[in-house]
Amino acid sequence: MAATQEEIVKGLAEIVNEIAGIPEEDVQLDKSFTDDLDVDSLSMVEVVVAAEERFDVKIPDDDVKTLKTVGDAVTYIAEHQG
Amino acid sequence: MPAKIKPAQGSPYARVLGVGGYRPTRVVPNEEILKHIESSDEWIRSRSGIATRHWAGPDETVTEMTLHAAGKAIADAGLAPEQVDAVIISTVSHFKQTPSVATEIAHRLGTGKAAAFDISAACAGFGYGLTIAKGLVVEGSARYVLVVGVERLSDLTDLTDRSTAFLFGDGAGAVIVGPSQEPAIGPTVWGSEGDKHETITQTLPWDVYRDGGRPEKYPAIRQEGQTVFRWAVFEMAKVAQEALEVAGISAEDLDVFIPHQANMRIIDSMVKTLKLPEHVTVARDVETTGNTSAASIPLAMERLLATGQARSGDTALVIGFGAGLVYAATVVTLP
Repeated sequence: MAATQEEIVKGLAEIVNEIAGIPEEDVQLDKSFTDDLDVDSLSMVEVVVAAEERFDVKIPDDDVKTLKTVGDAVTYIAEHQG
Repeated sequence: MPAKIKPAQGSPYARVLGVGGYRPTRVVPNEEILKHIESSDEWIRSRSGIATRHWAGPDETVTEMTLHAAGKAIADAGLAPEQVDAVIISTVSHFKQTPSVATEIAHRLGTGKAAAFDISAACAGFGYGLTIAKGLVVEGSARYVLVVGVERLSDLTDLTDRSTAFLFGDGAGAVIVGPSQEPAIGPTVWGSEGDKHETITQTLPWDVYRDGGRPEKYPAIRQEGQTVFRWAVFEMAKVAQEALEVAGISAEDLDVFIPHQANMRIIDSMVKTLKLPEHVTVARDVETTGNTSAASIPLAMERLLATGQARSGDTALVIGFGAGLVYAATVVTLP
């Protein structure tokens, strides 16, 4: 069953916390991965791969570059999840 | 009925008998790299874990570095040069393609008429060479095989490319593979993924000069960092896991993990993905050696043994991966 937006945000927050050590409550829709959450390009790859597994979605590298904010990622996952 | 052909008499198994390395004398800190790119020591360390690397001087050619490393490996194996009967050199940074580096090495080491050839498998070159050597020893066409990974990647570095300028280093790592009565090199899990051949590549072919081109920049290695990182961490962790399984080794049995020293972030992520137990010693030679492609695994192996972080007889998982894309992983008993 497809995850709701709320579930996706919560899941991403857990992933970002696990990979970059950012408190889950800081992971909000308007936050930029690089500028606000200190997720660099390599950590972003780890976040994406973890999100792919968790939400049954494929995020090709070219699309990863378009995911600037947590909101971008949530929208992408909601639209593409299996 | 065809005449019966008598096969060679090989050894039941093969093992790594000795290891040797050569690092160029000049140590290049990040500060020196920063003369050419807008970056910082902190950024380079956070993205790669690299603090210093060795760059070869004019006299530290691919051939000279190989001779140093090979001589040490032969001595470490307790052999005389004339006992070596095959020489395999893996390199992508020897600019004179004919003849091979290997023939001059075989001659100058004093091996006599050892079979000698070069291979090109980039950062998987050590694993490819080791696999060929094991086959030769077991099949019987050679008894003692010298395998060397050697690179002068500083010659293929674009100092103004801020994503790669700090990555590469120079050096040579060598091992001797010889006969064994017990299994000491596991099955190799290897392969290629040529659909990704553009993800790590030389920017220009050499014949651009022959054809009258005067490119602004000398050919260098360029890579798509994120794509390669994803492949290296997640796909190569699966290959490493498979190498353990086919060797009948669990992570608990493992003493040492020696991945290709590409980038500390890749190493850390692989260790996490593989869920290696705390007791496993992980090679982190990249911090002071940089990425030396085919040379990185034997160089790291030598340093772990020399510093007492690993011991002779330890069980080590080795995995190389890089341009091609190519990969090779196996489990070995350390010499």
